[in-house]
Amino acid sequence: MRIVVASGKGGTGKTTVAASLALVAGEAVRFLDCDVEAPNAALFLNPVIKTRQEVGIQLPVVDETLCTYCGRCAEVCEFHAIAVIGKKTLVFPELCHGCGSCTLVCPEKAISERLDVLGVLESGRTPSGIDFAQGVLNVGEPMAVPIIRELKKWDTISLRGEISLEATSALPGRSLRLEERSPRDDIEIRDAPPGASCPVVETLRGADFALLVTEPTPFGLHDLKQVVEIARELGLPAGVVVNRDGIGDNAVEAYCAAANIPILMRIPMERRIAEAIASGQTLIDAAPEYRARFRELLESILARAA
Amino acid sequence: MKQLVILSGKGGTGKTCLTAAFAHLAANGPLAGQVILADADVDAANLELVLQPTLIEQQDFKGGKVAVIDQETCAACGDCQAVCRFDAINYTDGLYVVDPIACDGCAACVYQCPTGSIEMREQLAGKFYFSESRYGPLYHANLLPGQENSGKLVTLVKQRARLQALDEQRELLIVDGPPGIGCPVIAAVSGADLALVVAEPTVSGAHDMRRALETLQHFGVRALVCINKADIFPAGTHQIEAFCRERAIETVGQIPFDLTVASAMVAGEAVTAFQPQSAASLAIRQVWERVSASILEKKP
Repeated sequence: MRIVVASGKGGTGKTTVAASLALVAGEAVRFLDCDVEAPNAALFLNPVIKTRQEVGIQLPVVDETLCTYCGRCAEVCEFHAIAVIGKKTLVFPELCHGCGSCTLVCPEKAISERLDVLGVLESGRTPSGIDFAQGVLNVGEPMAVPIIRELKKWDTISLRGEISLEATSALPGRSLRLEERSPRDDIEIRDAPPGASCPVVETLRGADFALLVTEPTPFGLHDLKQVVEIARELGLPAGVVVNRDGIGDNAVEAYCAAANIPILMRIPMERRIAEAIASGQTLIDAAPEYRARFRELLESILARAA
Repeated sequence: MKQLVILSGKGGTGKTCLTAAFAHLAANGPLAGQVILADADVDAANLELVLQPTLIEQQDFKGGKVAVIDQETCAACGDCQAVCRFDAINYTDGLYVVDPIACDGCAACVYQCPTGSIEMREQLAGKFYFSESRYGPLYHANLLPGQENSGKLVTLVKQRARLQALDEQRELLIVDGPPGIGCPVIAAVSGADLALVVAEPTVSGAHDMRRALETLQHFGVRALVCINKADIFPAGTHQIEAFCRERAIETVGQIPFDLTVASAMVAGEAVTAFQPQSAASLAIRQVWERVSASILEKKP
């Protein structure tokens, strides 16, 4: 069961909700922080990081002794990341998507590939026994999606360190396809990035349920609608958590009713909660009455996604 | 013409509310008529919700292409699936089908298909808008949910805004940035003269502020920091100030937690226009004074 916690708008409480869900999920729960640009879940769950692996994309490397400057590589590259100028073949790493088209079409087999590091995957265990992994995008790198893609391929066995990390290949497209994976009855919680573009889609792909955290304001509603559309396109069941309930207006509630999306939980705006979370406490540590409520939320998600 | 970009790292720290307030203050001060606005958060474009502008122009934004397989001629050999590094080709009921959401648009499959059955089709990825708001021209956009190339759309929005600013010899372009540090942020930061990082005194806010500052340093853009919701966790506010002092990054003010900010948003108003005397409005006014002075006086 893979549950993604997403929101559209940033700062609505995704990490707060995702961490709380993981903490009440009991045994066999793993947590993937897919917000690789701003990964924050570790600040609340405090995992002991045991493994670290560089990840990225496969960049072409041209062997000048074999290259005949025919220009076929440049012709097929949709991203203008490789160019032949006179007797020189240039690769522009910041434009490359690592798709391998140039490698495949080179008639001289003059192109090999090397890993271009975009970030790291880190994994470990939290004191409460959650298997934890996060991706961290390197500063200055634009592409978050390849890191999220690799992060999702980590399974609990590798997270527990029983298989050497080198065995989980960093090559794109070499891992098991999602639908070929064996079914699992454990719970995976993915903390999504904000927004509604490709990193959010990559986080949601292959999931079983989208839990959408919003706040009852015009910004919260506008951005919620965007993510609802993505969830629909992917055919994912979805439910909403209204955070900071009591501020703003009732438009989120009206939208959810009209769009037939259940509101599964409401977290009232309480300054003591905001203060506790600011200091790095989890919601269920700051307000223990939420433990039972999150347990109910989890049960409700499991029932809806089944 | 100077370019100011508002960033945060973490989402929801108040970038858009602050940008709207800056637009209001600029339009009612010495910079009246001198400011152009650009909303660079194209997948959560919220500035228009506050400014409620009048739409002047819109254009389709063609994003990347996606592969489409012609089932009439497809020999179902599976070569396309074998070369796809984005898990975008599914095999179901004897047919190979491209998942347009997963397709990266690289066309690797097109060149491998022995029967020439795959073509690339351009996709509508979003809309680009130019509007007039009560506080000046606004360039904005809407990325369709789930689309790629948000960096390119950000670049388009900024280019158009910049051109008008240069044409009309306006003094300042204010860019409302996206959260994070990746592709759309890099596009938003490019060409900026100054960045204001809106921090939040939470463990997450401080962590992501550091990532945003590192990104700005990486691209050589000078940064100022203001602390929003500063009274929610005073110890965190002190830590952010100490961090900035150590690195010689100027902090330009603290904005208290104030529910009138949410009420202003519901009313479709900049908070400084909605309740000019509220605690947040008074603090934002001071931040604006310092930011506008800093960007317009500082010679590059």
